Amino acid sequence: MLELKLEARPQPSRFWSYGSPLLALALTTALGAVLFALLGKNPVQGLLVFFWEPVKSGYALGELMVKATPLLLIALGLAVCFRSNVWNIGAEGQFIIGAVFASGMALLADRDTGRWIVPLILLAGVAGGMVWAGLTAVLRDRFNANEILVSLMLVYVADMVLNYLVYGPWKDPMGYNFPQTKTFELVTQIPRLMPGSRVSIGLLLALLGAGALWLFLFRTRAGLAQQVGGLAPAAARYAGFSSRRALWTALLVSGAAAGLAGALEVAGPIGQLTPYVPAGYGFAAIIVAFVGRLHPVAMVFSAVLLSMFYIGGELAQSRLGLPKSITGVFQGLLLFTLLACDTLINYRLRRSAGSH
Amino acid sequence: MLVPRLQMAHITKRYPSVLANDDVSLTVLPGEIHAVLGENGAGKSTLMKIIYGTLRPDAGQMFLNGRLVHIRNPQEARAQGIGMVFQHFNLFETMTVAENVWLGLARDTLQQVTASISAKAAEYGLELDPQRPVHTLSVGEMQRVEIIRALLTRPQLLILDEPTSVLTPQAVQKLFVVLKKLASEGCSILYISHKLHEIRALCDACTVLRGGRVAGVCNPKQETNASLSRLMIGSEPPELRREERQPGAPVLQVSGLSLAHEDQFGVDLHNIQLRVCAGEVVGIAGVSGNGQKELLAVLSGEDTRAPQGSIQMGPVDVSTLHPGGRRAMGLHFVPEDRLGRGVVPTMSLAQNLLLTREEAVSWPGLAGGWIHVRQLMEHARRLIDQFNVKAGGPNSLAKSLSGGNLQKYIVGREIDAQPRLLIMSQPTWGVDVGAAAQIRAEMLALRKAGCAVLVVSEELDELFEICDRLHVISRGQLSPSMPMAQATVEQIGAWMSGLWERSPDEEVRHA
Amino acid sequence: MESYALLLAATLNAGTVLAIAALGLLINEKAGVVNLGAEGMMLCAALAGFATVVHSGSDWLGFAAGMGAGALLAALFGVLVIWLNTNQYATGLALSLFGLGFSAFAGIGYVQAKLPERVQHHIPWLGDIPWLGPALFRQHPLVYATMLFCAALIWWLYRTRAGLVLRSVGESPESAHALGYPVRRIRLLAVVTGGALCGLSGAYLSVVYTPLWVEGMVAGKGWIALALTTFATWRPSRALLGAYLFGGVTMLQFHLQSVGVDVPSQWMTMLPYLATILVLALISRNPAWIRINKPASLGRPFHPGA
Repeated sequence: MLELKLEARPQPSRFWSYGSPLLALALTTALGAVLFALLGKNPVQGLLVFFWEPVKSGYALGELMVKATPLLLIALGLAVCFRSNVWNIGAEGQFIIGAVFASGMALLADRDTGRWIVPLILLAGVAGGMVWAGLTAVLRDRFNANEILVSLMLVYVADMVLNYLVYGPWKDPMGYNFPQTKTFELVTQIPRLMPGSRVSIGLLLALLGAGALWLFLFRTRAGLAQQVGGLAPAAARYAGFSSRRALWTALLVSGAAAGLAGALEVAGPIGQLTPYVPAGYGFAAIIVAFVGRLHPVAMVFSAVLLSMFYIGGELAQSRLGLPKSITGVFQGLLLFTLLACDTLINYRLRRSAGSH
Repeated sequence: MLVPRLQMAHITKRYPSVLANDDVSLTVLPGEIHAVLGENGAGKSTLMKIIYGTLRPDAGQMFLNGRLVHIRNPQEARAQGIGMVFQHFNLFETMTVAENVWLGLARDTLQQVTASISAKAAEYGLELDPQRPVHTLSVGEMQRVEIIRALLTRPQLLILDEPTSVLTPQAVQKLFVVLKKLASEGCSILYISHKLHEIRALCDACTVLRGGRVAGVCNPKQETNASLSRLMIGSEPPELRREERQPGAPVLQVSGLSLAHEDQFGVDLHNIQLRVCAGEVVGIAGVSGNGQKELLAVLSGEDTRAPQGSIQMGPVDVSTLHPGGRRAMGLHFVPEDRLGRGVVPTMSLAQNLLLTREEAVSWPGLAGGWIHVRQLMEHARRLIDQFNVKAGGPNSLAKSLSGGNLQKYIVGREIDAQPRLLIMSQPTWGVDVGAAAQIRAEMLALRKAGCAVLVVSEELDELFEICDRLHVISRGQLSPSMPMAQATVEQIGAWMSGLWERSPDEEVRHA
Repeated sequence: MESYALLLAATLNAGTVLAIAALGLLINEKAGVVNLGAEGMMLCAALAGFATVVHSGSDWLGFAAGMGAGALLAALFGVLVIWLNTNQYATGLALSLFGLGFSAFAGIGYVQAKLPERVQHHIPWLGDIPWLGPALFRQHPLVYATMLFCAALIWWLYRTRAGLVLRSVGESPESAHALGYPVRRIRLLAVVTGGALCGLSGAYLSVVYTPLWVEGMVAGKGWIALALTTFATWRPSRALLGAYLFGGVTMLQFHLQSVGVDVPSQWMTMLPYLATILVLALISRNPAWIRINKPASLGRPFHPGA
């Protein structure tokens, strides 16, 4: 009787470490084509919308970078968390509170405020994200509460906080009763990277962050300590690496990153606080982190890939008449196929004839 | 001529990196106690898993009572009358003894099983209360559950895998009585072990495995330790010379160490008193589950709850110091769990160096310090060469090394730090004879160089070989030490049950 | 007084949604597998159930469709996690994210759809008792079925051999495997059953509880159900009670508004989520309680022949 068996490899396969995300992407593309066909749309056209349109012009690339910036920033923070085995699923909530704090700072500006308010806005965002992530850290540290569920619950709470503010105390009195704050003064706008494009210095910050993460993870003892804590907690205790410090480092760093992303979004492209500021970046960043293997360089690419999905979804709506939420389908498919393909890194597929 | 109870013919089993069984043949007669002798890694476990149906051989055949059989899983093995008592128990700690046994049987109700347990236990003199949850049992009692579970399947062939590592010497004798009774009733017994004197005392026949092949078949009652050893490892056991030495100043002083357990199923420590001097090897004997884990954690710094002043290194009180601080004082530790505690399995040997050594790290104030990769690799390479570690290189993943080589690396990593005090737990467990000999030689070399060494081990033979003084740990209490020259197995066994002389104001706990 | 009877009735109704999912997840976790995809499964099942009722008119078909959707997604999850040994937490998350996106996408056409007239349930004679009648005896049959199921589950888990086997797989799959039990098949069965129950919960949500379809309508109940299994320390009776407790907290906001308490609605909406955090903190504070009841192998992969 012939059966397919999974046989453990003696060493993880380097080939599949790089190949698995690519195979996953290929599978997702194939499944996507099938999905388009099932919906009565031309599969080729659908795939073009997703993979070609977003990169075909300078302007398109710029838009791609605008979306990729928050994804990359949040993913960098999440990489620290996941490598430490701290499952921060609530980055979306930290993003929201970062945006809230940043808005609070931005609303303090008036027509005569100087440019110095911009770094303050960014710092406020960072602080907001750290405070929100700190809540999760306290509950895990003091009460041993599962950080997955706590951070997730805090996402819903953060959303309600945002709602309360924009429907209530922060509502623009001249805004025709729409739930939104007044538009921030021009001076608060995050500086653009180059004229003619909406890309802000946030991109630069994100890339610098990727470099800093690389140095931290691979060249510092603290970075090693974080990862040992995630890979083998008993070894971390043996070595004397503090698990408490690892927990707080992971959550505060990812909270800061998510909060910064929130500040960049709200004081950048959007320019005011509305209930639509949360765009699911906090969740998409989880996928960015996984597809990028939690590695700073690879995550740059996976951030670009996932922002292509976002833009592709918007284009699919305007060009093909498909709901924008198709983005979520592609994202989910990518993560699923990635997890399945990752098996090949540690296992080999063998055809075995049962003996006897 | 007697039809053999079990006959394995030309069994071969291959793994990606090793040939575990190479054309192995084995014959066991009815009512015979047959030993399978071999060092760690010789292929004994693989062969037993094939007999019990957990693994399938790549080639070869199996005959039971002369008939060709195909055993595809443990349930079929049990149906054919093969029972097995594993070295690592397959017990469910939150369930009762009766429930555990019931899970191992294919029939009967819980009430019937409970009654059978009591009956069987009485028949063989193995005390066991069916209603007790397994986590409240001692390790020796847990083994009794495994044995009774195997006996209730009415086996024709009973396999025991290294059964005495968890038993006191007295309990070992009781086990032998049970096994001899079983054999006299016609049940064949396969006794897997590497302990030569036990095999010679108990077994009628012996198959010796070496490197996956059969090295010889003999009657152990007519052999000597030396001849068996020659079959097992191909040569005489290496001689370890321990010269007489005067111990120097005390390096570690433990007094009044009492500590409540933190882990759910842990053991409390009571008033531990211990001293290790420079240039001496102090051993702690004891069956697992008597507080060794807890004591080692509090000595190494993984547990920092020791009362103030209970652990001193010279004038310095290290009771609440974390592991890094203790290493700075010269205290290094080799834990019994290698993969996952001594090293991170998925990291390289070089990276694992950073767990306890900081030589390749500078500016420790900034993010823990900057790692100089080239320096780290050099250091790792040097350790690999110096300690004869068979590995691909400093970049090899820790989990790719064999048990013996990994242990050599870990021991080397700690010895290379030139410690004042080296604490080792089960230093040669699961390690092949060559590596074990090298490690023991290193320990004696450390002793010669003036280092203080503390060894916790379940292997009495090992302790006899290398220690100057010996303590016994029982139920979280430490006995006074006895000089090795005066130590006997009987006295150690008695002390393992807690029966040492105490001062009048100490509580006496009965076994 | 009348309003308290209605509050109790609403609590039972709301609690049932959580209870069905929590009991399903409990079965999952007793076998040692944690399925973070509960939210995604519930969303897809809610859509499947709703759509089926729209097209067929039959509530029970809708429930069946919901169970089917949940079981199917859980089976996919199960194959990945049990046979390919993918990380349980990551795979569950993937399932939730996928479920969120897919249900939003596929459900576009049903957003304005309406279901046929909902039946008012009323147990004859019992439903007429003053106060108790409206409070307890005018519920949908599934509410009572859930309570019966909880009792049956307790009996099955702790009094039958099959239940013992399931618990042994959750405690130590390696030992169960060595004893010859088909650990992977048992785990898959538990996962699919859990998924079916989460699916039933989702369908109940969209067909009975709030008969409509809106993107993201589960609003975190899947996550709360997961928290409930921890809060209940993996005991079915506590999971049921916890579910009702949470149902009560959710209903509290409407009750307070009807009584005239003037708090911004957002604070009220936050209550169930804050309550979840509080409850998690309280129950996890004593690690001993958790450890003695938690299936020891929860979340860890199982490699036969390792």
